[in-house]
Amino acid sequence: MPAITLALFLLPVLAGLIGTLLPALGLLPSLGDTRFSLRPFARLFAAPELPGALAATLVSGLLATLLSFLTALGLAAALEGTRLFAWLRRLLAPLLAIPHAALAIGFAFLVAPSGWLVRLAAPLVASGGLPPDLPIPGDRLGLTLAAGLWLKETPFLLLAIIAGTNQLPVARFLDIARSLGYGPATAWLKIILPVLYGQLRLPIYAVLAFSLSVVDMALILGPSTPPTLATLLLAWFDDPSLERLGPAAAGGMLQLLLVAAAILLWRLGELLIVLAARAWLAGGGRGHAGVMSRLIAGAIALLLFLLASASILALGLWSLAWRWPFPQRLPASWSLGNWLGAGEGLGRVLATSLLLALATAAIALLLSLGCLENERRHGLHPTARVLWLIYLPLLIPQISFMFGMTALLAWLGLEASLAALIWSHLVFVLPYVFLMLADPYRALDERYRRAGLCLGAGESRVFFALTLPMLLRPVLLAAAVGFSVSIALYLPTLFAGAGRFATLTTEAVAANAGADRRLAGTYGFLQAALPLIGFGLALLAPRIAFRHRRGLR
Amino acid sequence: MSEPGLVLESVALSLEGRRLIGPLDLQVPPGEVVTLMGRSGSGKSSLLAFICGTLDPAFTAQGRILLDGRDLGALPPERRRLGILFQDDLLFPHLSVGGNLSFGLPPGFSGRERRARVAAALAESGLGGLEGRDPATLSGGQRARVALLRMLLSEPRALLLDEPFGGLDDVLRQQFRDLVFRRIRERRLPALLVTHDRADAAAASGKIVTVDEDFCNGHKE
Repeated sequence: MPAITLALFLLPVLAGLIGTLLPALGLLPSLGDTRFSLRPFARLFAAPELPGALAATLVSGLLATLLSFLTALGLAAALEGTRLFAWLRRLLAPLLAIPHAALAIGFAFLVAPSGWLVRLAAPLVASGGLPPDLPIPGDRLGLTLAAGLWLKETPFLLLAIIAGTNQLPVARFLDIARSLGYGPATAWLKIILPVLYGQLRLPIYAVLAFSLSVVDMALILGPSTPPTLATLLLAWFDDPSLERLGPAAAGGMLQLLLVAAAILLWRLGELLIVLAARAWLAGGGRGHAGVMSRLIAGAIALLLFLLASASILALGLWSLAWRWPFPQRLPASWSLGNWLGAGEGLGRVLATSLLLALATAAIALLLSLGCLENERRHGLHPTARVLWLIYLPLLIPQISFMFGMTALLAWLGLEASLAALIWSHLVFVLPYVFLMLADPYRALDERYRRAGLCLGAGESRVFFALTLPMLLRPVLLAAAVGFSVSIALYLPTLFAGAGRFATLTTEAVAANAGADRRLAGTYGFLQAALPLIGFGLALLAPRIAFRHRRGLR
Repeated sequence: MSEPGLVLESVALSLEGRRLIGPLDLQVPPGEVVTLMGRSGSGKSSLLAFICGTLDPAFTAQGRILLDGRDLGALPPERRRLGILFQDDLLFPHLSVGGNLSFGLPPGFSGRERRARVAAALAESGLGGLEGRDPATLSGGQRARVALLRMLLSEPRALLLDEPFGGLDDVLRQQFRDLVFRRIRERRLPALLVTHDRADAAAASGKIVTVDEDFCNGHKE
């Protein structure tokens, strides 16, 4: 079971990397290129768009990761133990569930010169009824993109911090430090962070890799002439003349190197900070009571939440707008036409997205449960290396292996089929579902199982009658996470589906590119709503099933 | 000749090359409680897990376990018919009291008969009418008794008691202990009790075996 599962999601990644490396070296047998050559790289480096693309990629990716990390850290350090933090914890799941594309489109609706923020401030600006002339979204360095990524990745890193602190006696550590005279935020940074950081490393690297190579958000919020590297490569891969396939594949390798270099750079930064912090940790500085840092952190948390919810609200408004001239704050006339007019198309797209997400989440859940049950029955204790393997699809830029993976699927005769699409989604859904499920599964008291066995129930009855129902809540939550990951995927749908399958994500991005705000709002809103409904059901079902069972609440 | 009761033949347990227990030879005749004493961490619970067939594969174990003359080694845990009680009651939180008891009942009875047997068992133990209750709403003493009933309903042929009285306060502890020992004598079941409490061992009024040398030599816990 574990071997099949690992193969199922690592094989496409590795085969995909090789299948992209070959054309990057001039080897593409299917087109008759069989001679090793560095020409694709030479053409890549000769491309006039490359310097600008690299600048936008590096600025947006590094800035977004650094800001998200510092924000998540600051929020946890300043707010740990407060009521606001408990409230924030509960809001994390819905924030995380919002797909990248929907959030980016909504965010663009907010910050564009003709967007909601300017409209709200319009009476103050009063520039003669015309929106200000600013390149937002789409500024050349990708600052808007960085802001959108910050909005999306901060909750993810905050969740990683909370998951790590759940395994530590945080409250007692902090009580001890505070009784020694340390301010709360200082105590958190000096005691909790050093213990925790090892567990944050992989999530941070995943954010770094993602921010440096994201495509859908970059298409919506990033610059266009030139675009970020991954977006540029997508256009080259899409070139029907196949002229630019070589340089695109070479670019995929460059993208991989870029991410690897960024991770190494971050690691170097870690080491330097550890060296520099030694004196600070032992220096005895107590810090302050933290009133000011709490106020600032509270304000940032509020800003984050308001921006995210306003983005989704903006999507909903545009989907219901008929006429919404600048600078009015609300649509001048309303209509259900966007929902009804999209009619059959919308229904089909919705059905494809649902089918894909449900099938992928179900398969990922089955495989994860199988692996975890197998691990338990055989008393296996996975090492840290296995965790790296699970994270691998999240650490390697999608654009670096999607082309090769499509070639693998075509070789297997699955080209542009639903099976190919499900498999390509599984590569990204499986790690999340497994990671969500692993901790609660391993934490279940082993003696329940032993009690069941000694009462005469066989292994399978123990699994279905005891283990599964007791873990119903985490199982459903993991399924909801898998579902929302699949709903959000963009690049795998494009490549593995070969453009034949339209999902809410691809349609939302396409409508946005076509500057159709109403249609983009409709698709985006629906895309954001599905995962929220999924999470709602996952939280509600156990409450209803176990409404008379206090031990499981 | 097959010897009735539970028999351990030169059973030894080690973890990462370190010997924890044994080799140990032990006979537990029907209706008697043999007590194993030793400090926590001395491997007593692992010994019970080995007897049940649920030992963590990290351990290595040797020796034979016989129940009424039959070697249990080849049987999976669910076919060994050994009842085990832990310090925590481990009532399944997603099932009602009746659901927990019915889980223990062997298959083959009709639904009506199952309900009747569960109700009768509850009534006999002074818990009549609690079938539909959420186990989380019971008192500690009630939960302990439900756990005992659940085990007895599975018709075990020997009992393993893993410090089952440790979680109860003094009065309850004595009452529950008496109840467990009475049932063992009534049903003439061999029972192996693991504890570090001398009062439990004395109340069992059977043979006492110490599995931990430090304990014999008078080292304090």
